[in-house]
Amino acid sequence: MTEPVQINASTATLARTSVFKRILKNPMGLFAIAVLSIMILVAIFAGWIAPFGENTANIGKTLAGADSVNLLGTDSAGRDTFSRLVFGAQTTLLSALLCAAVAISIGLPAGLIAGYYSGPFDSAANWVVNVLMALPGIIVLLTIRAAFGPSVWISMIAFGILISPGYFRLTRTAVQSVRNELYVDAARVSGLSDSRIITRHIFSVVRAPIIIQTAIVCGVAISIQSGLEFLGLGDPTVATWGVMLSEGFKNVYLTPTLLLWPALAIGLAVGSLVLLGNAVRDALEDREKVTVSKRNDPPTVALQMQRGPRKRTASVEVGTEKHLVKVSHLAIGYPQANGTLKPVVNDVSFTVDRGEVLGIVGESGSGKSQTAFSILGLLPPEARIISGSIQFDGEYTVAPGEDIVNQSRLSELRGKRISYIPQEPMSNLDPAYTIGSQLVAPMVKVLGISKAEAKKRALKLLSDVGIVDPARTFGAYPHEVSGGMAQRVLIAGAISCEPDLIIADEPTTALDVTVQAEVLDLIRDLQKRLGVGVILVTHNFGVVADLCDRVVVMQAGRLVEGGEVREILGTPQDPYTITLLDSMLENKTPMTMLVSQGGTKS
Amino acid sequence: MVTFILKRIGSGLVVLAAISCLTFFLLYFSSTNIARNILGEYATPEQVAAKQAELGLDQPIFSRFLAWVAEALTGNFGTSWFTNESVVQAISNRLPVTLALVVTSIVIIAILSTLIGVAAAVKRGWIDRAVQIAAVIGDAIPNFVLAIVFVTIFAIQLGFFPATSSIQPGADGGAWVASLTLPVIALVISGLTSGAQQVRSAVIKQLEKDYVRTLRSRGISEGVILFKHVLRSAAPAGLTVLSLQFIGMLGGVVIIEQIFALPGMGALAVQSTTLGDTPLVMGVVLYTVIIVILVNLLVDLANGWLNPKVRVS
Repeated sequence: MTEPVQINASTATLARTSVFKRILKNPMGLFAIAVLSIMILVAIFAGWIAPFGENTANIGKTLAGADSVNLLGTDSAGRDTFSRLVFGAQTTLLSALLCAAVAISIGLPAGLIAGYYSGPFDSAANWVVNVLMALPGIIVLLTIRAAFGPSVWISMIAFGILISPGYFRLTRTAVQSVRNELYVDAARVSGLSDSRIITRHIFSVVRAPIIIQTAIVCGVAISIQSGLEFLGLGDPTVATWGVMLSEGFKNVYLTPTLLLWPALAIGLAVGSLVLLGNAVRDALEDREKVTVSKRNDPPTVALQMQRGPRKRTASVEVGTEKHLVKVSHLAIGYPQANGTLKPVVNDVSFTVDRGEVLGIVGESGSGKSQTAFSILGLLPPEARIISGSIQFDGEYTVAPGEDIVNQSRLSELRGKRISYIPQEPMSNLDPAYTIGSQLVAPMVKVLGISKAEAKKRALKLLSDVGIVDPARTFGAYPHEVSGGMAQRVLIAGAISCEPDLIIADEPTTALDVTVQAEVLDLIRDLQKRLGVGVILVTHNFGVVADLCDRVVVMQAGRLVEGGEVREILGTPQDPYTITLLDSMLENKTPMTMLVSQGGTKS
Repeated sequence: MVTFILKRIGSGLVVLAAISCLTFFLLYFSSTNIARNILGEYATPEQVAAKQAELGLDQPIFSRFLAWVAEALTGNFGTSWFTNESVVQAISNRLPVTLALVVTSIVIIAILSTLIGVAAAVKRGWIDRAVQIAAVIGDAIPNFVLAIVFVTIFAIQLGFFPATSSIQPGADGGAWVASLTLPVIALVISGLTSGAQQVRSAVIKQLEKDYVRTLRSRGISEGVILFKHVLRSAAPAGLTVLSLQFIGMLGGVVIIEQIFALPGMGALAVQSTTLGDTPLVMGVVLYTVIIVILVNLLVDLANGWLNPKVRVS
């Protein structure tokens, strides 16, 4: 049991050093650390640095300008501004640390316990948190000051208590999310005590967010404390930046610079703390990005704002107009940090005719979904067509030489002539609108019919896809129906505007096995009845055998084999196809066997 | 829906009770010497004792609290110990100033954050970078420091605005605008940067959702997707941030009002807590907490309307 812990510890150290390096590489992080280090050093050695004591007054020399004795001048009592600034660093930084320490020592254990054990302690703690969050902070601090005197330390302890819910929530959420992770279960099963699990496994998860939160809390503490002191409520015998600010504001007409230095110090300190928090967060997120981006698709962000080259009337090759879809030598890539394009689809060609069902088969990361989305024109905005062309019904949607999909062309086709059945039914319906309104809106837009007409059609469509009570489903919100029913709704949406081509991306993968067969039946029936062309993206040869006329097999972005389904199933030529087929027969998912050969995009 | 509202109001009342209790007992520590403070140094011990009896300070703290609660439930918050002004009167003189300041700022922040945040999320590029950098800078500068800078530059150095106008509730519109402009700008700048940043990330998060791609595949136009679907789902995150900013501002205006010499709740809070004026402090705290609870209730209701899932549970 000691071994895995050691491994954990060593990787954690590794990660930490690289995070620290990344913070230093970030100019903002470097700036923040430099400023804070200087301030901390100044605070520690204040006694040596400051030429005068913090309250040493020279009545003969008040509100003086800068000279060789008083580097930054003096205040209204003739005290040296520079010395007070230096001593102020001491008090200000220490009080911020005190505030953070109080907040951590309350919020962290409470969050750990509430998150790990939940139950009554959790509800009680949450209630207290709600009370604390509803309190008007400054007014409470004013009251506390009135009760216990103007001590910086007391107000910072009180503020630490007030701000502890931040740590509590953060820790509680983090703990809840790891509590049920497998490695924590494993630790529990292997007999580790709760306290050891909390300290060893769970504490390592909350450490990073705590550091970020602490930087922010220290910044807030400094600004709150300075704010209180600015109101004239600080302890006048202690030099802090806030007291100096208050003093400066009183003399703003006479000596504006008195205001400048403490304001600058506060701004720099709070700013550096915020920058530090941001830099730590960025550094941690960067690390996650590096590990995550190897598996996931790049996010589909933002609108396709760059417009493709104005539609050139480049006509397609003579004799190919008859195909509904013709993909020729298509290659798609994503820009990398070093400026090159990393191809995820390479030299892929196939055609689909009207009324024909084409299967695109391959494991995760084979580029099959990227190919399908390029026909829909719904690739992520950073995707680039490296070469090749796509034509739909005799017109280019990607003409040879274009590097992005022609959106003006496709916006006329999408919904109207090409439609889409997604993989995960629940996440593909907007949770905020009823199913009915999500069916009606596209029909009103694309077919130009009235809402009433569209509603009538939607009800008909819902019963066509086998929904027993169309009226109820029409009025329901997505979270009120089952996954299988949601997929039927999405299929109804896909056929609602009588398209010529449906692109179905793993339409049954996310469904229960019993529902899968029903949905496949439904797609087959609809395809036969409507005579629509279908591109079916799947990793499952069983689905291909069931539905498709022809099939192409993709591996690592390339097309390895294609032809009539019967031929491919009977006499597969490519070794990869054979492996896929074997894996199907052995009832294993191909992904688990072949993932190592995969590309990056699916 | 009605049960939801009642539940929220109920829990709000419990919070209110807890906070009044807490504040009252805290104030106990500052009210020990209060009769002497009111009467001044030269009062005789008999006078002090009489004053204490008059204020009820000779009673045990617990019965004092019960007496205060009984009065408060009838809407009577008593009178200030020091000025003899009725608490309700004092607050209703000051509250409009503070509310004008905070509500104006929040409305401006809400509108601008949405516009800038959406633009940054959709267009990316320079505007996105600008929003992110501004968010860091905005977080880094405390709003009262910004306000001080404003006063120094625009009011004292340039004389564009009155630096320390003391407007009265009855003042005409022009005076209000003139004296609220700078404080509102200071509050807006510090709230806007983080607001826009939050809207930006909420919109980006929604744009990455699967249903957006499906809506595009259905031929729905980008404008409809953005304003009807994405913005609606992103709104709860924005509202939560706004409500937090609102609560923060209710406290933060204490300092802002002091800088601009605005006669709002902040000034009242400083004055009453410094003196230990229990009835007035209790009034200020209660009104503030009630506003906070109302804002939270409104946000909850809005979120329920925006997200049907919340409505059910």
